[in-house]
Amino acid sequence: MDATTAITGFVALYIFMLAAFTGYEIIGRVPAILHTPLMSGSNFIHGIVVVGALYMLINASSVIEQALGFFGVILGAANAAGGYVVTERMLEMFKPSDKKKG
Amino acid sequence: MNVQFFIDASFILATLLFIYGLKRMSSPVTARSGIVVAGWGMVIAVVASFLYVFNVAPEVKPHLTVNIALAVIALALGLGWAWRSGKKVEMTAMPQMVALYNGMGGGAAAAIAAIELFGHKAHGPIVLIMAVLGGVIGAVSLSGSLIAWGKLDGRINGTWRFTGLQAFNGLILLTLLAIGAWTVWTGGAVSPLLISVFFILALFYGVMMAMPIGGADMPVVISLFNAFTGLAVGFEGYVIGNAALMVAGMVVGSAGTLLTLLMAKAMNRSVSNVLFSNFGASGDEAQGEISGSMKPIEAGDAGINMRYASKVIIAPGYGLAVAQAQHKLYEFVKILQAADVDVKFAIHPVAGRMPGHMNVLLAEAGVPYDIIYDMEDINGEFKEADVAIVIGANDTVNPAARTNKSSPIYGMPILNVDQAKQVYVVKRGQGKGYSGVENELFFADNTNMVYGDAQKVLVAMVQAVKALDGGGH
Repeated sequence: MDATTAITGFVALYIFMLAAFTGYEIIGRVPAILHTPLMSGSNFIHGIVVVGALYMLINASSVIEQALGFFGVILGAANAAGGYVVTERMLEMFKPSDKKKG
Repeated sequence: MNVQFFIDASFILATLLFIYGLKRMSSPVTARSGIVVAGWGMVIAVVASFLYVFNVAPEVKPHLTVNIALAVIALALGLGWAWRSGKKVEMTAMPQMVALYNGMGGGAAAAIAAIELFGHKAHGPIVLIMAVLGGVIGAVSLSGSLIAWGKLDGRINGTWRFTGLQAFNGLILLTLLAIGAWTVWTGGAVSPLLISVFFILALFYGVMMAMPIGGADMPVVISLFNAFTGLAVGFEGYVIGNAALMVAGMVVGSAGTLLTLLMAKAMNRSVSNVLFSNFGASGDEAQGEISGSMKPIEAGDAGINMRYASKVIIAPGYGLAVAQAQHKLYEFVKILQAADVDVKFAIHPVAGRMPGHMNVLLAEAGVPYDIIYDMEDINGEFKEADVAIVIGANDTVNPAARTNKSSPIYGMPILNVDQAKQVYVVKRGQGKGYSGVENELFFADNTNMVYGDAQKVLVAMVQAVKALDGGGH
């Protein structure tokens, strides 16, 4: 909470509100064929939680905080890395028809 | 301090890359580059968060070396395990893997909340409310996703529910709310025991929420838990004053909610219906008598007929993937295309184990995405098709969904394969579909059944057509 960019009540609400519309608009236009990679891709995006867990672990001052932080970073890192790998593998496979071969 | 400037700048860059990446993911042409862009955002954010070490409070200083070592080890463990498992997983097992990774994200959010609450770091009612909410949602997402993973992976079988289950779950939820409210009321000054009870109850609630839900409904639940984790991450982002977490979490929270609604709609069910009622429990076995009989046809003959058709539409289902026959199918499609047959794939929104899953499975076999059509786009074309071939699908092509009000799948939109001049159904035996409903399509006058394992049937079709063309030259 000692961040210089303090986020107070209403500013937080603005952020949440705009972010919610952003998510809605982006997904609303996605064709159904991409729904699975997209679910996986958004799963990767919330892997950003690893950054929060890292913050908690670095600022830990007791054993329980260290233990929970350690646990949190493992889980968060797995979320981010796993989400990335499976999404990339799926999207890599999507290819258009090869027009030359016809 | 200038370090904070670098941290903030890195996070805003990461957030920008996330949103831009997600946007690129919304078209198959740019999707691959989208995930790579978002991936770089993640790398930047993680590297930047190590700059926090220059900004720690005095009382943390003595622990700093240990903390950094722990952070590096934890990162390596989580990343190493997930990278390996992600590379190895079969495409058919993708839904449960997504559930597993998603649950872990929820767990990480819950861990952040736990540190805030155990360490009495959260101050002020709004911060406490966010910490408590994020903690509950994250913990529910963790245990619920683990159950979803276990079910889809075949590790947990069956669904169990008992009378009064909903009342029981309601009671747990009320208790959670009460403890949460008490925590906020007392300004976070609650005993570690009560906080432990709080998290254990939240984990238990996740289990109780996912256990009664059956296999076919699981994708909707996974999507819901994905949205949950996003929300939890967003709330915890507020608690620790990190706008990157707030934005990324909330984007996923709303996107995931929309995706959940779209999926439920594709199955013609509401989300609450999925969560609180048993599939098939509504309709009694009062199904109308089906007249006619199933007419078998040899795979080779069916293959040759398709070779001389001018338009063929393929309706694949999960059975195709179970038989590992996607590659063979595409080989057959290429032979048809070489003979100037117009071949298209028709994908039902819930084909496979998750919306869009069938597209991934076909893409894996090399089928180009521009001959794959969504249900709405192709349903009008079936009446012009000479042949519609159904492979490993059942409920998604059952006309009872249009006509039979007593059927549990009544009202679900289906592929209009029955309107094609000739319908072939590739099927192992005479059994019923996932929902246990008899399919009158199989008895229709223009339908012939090709019995056998999808892989073997397609091999026979390929051989028959090749032999024919080989003899012609």
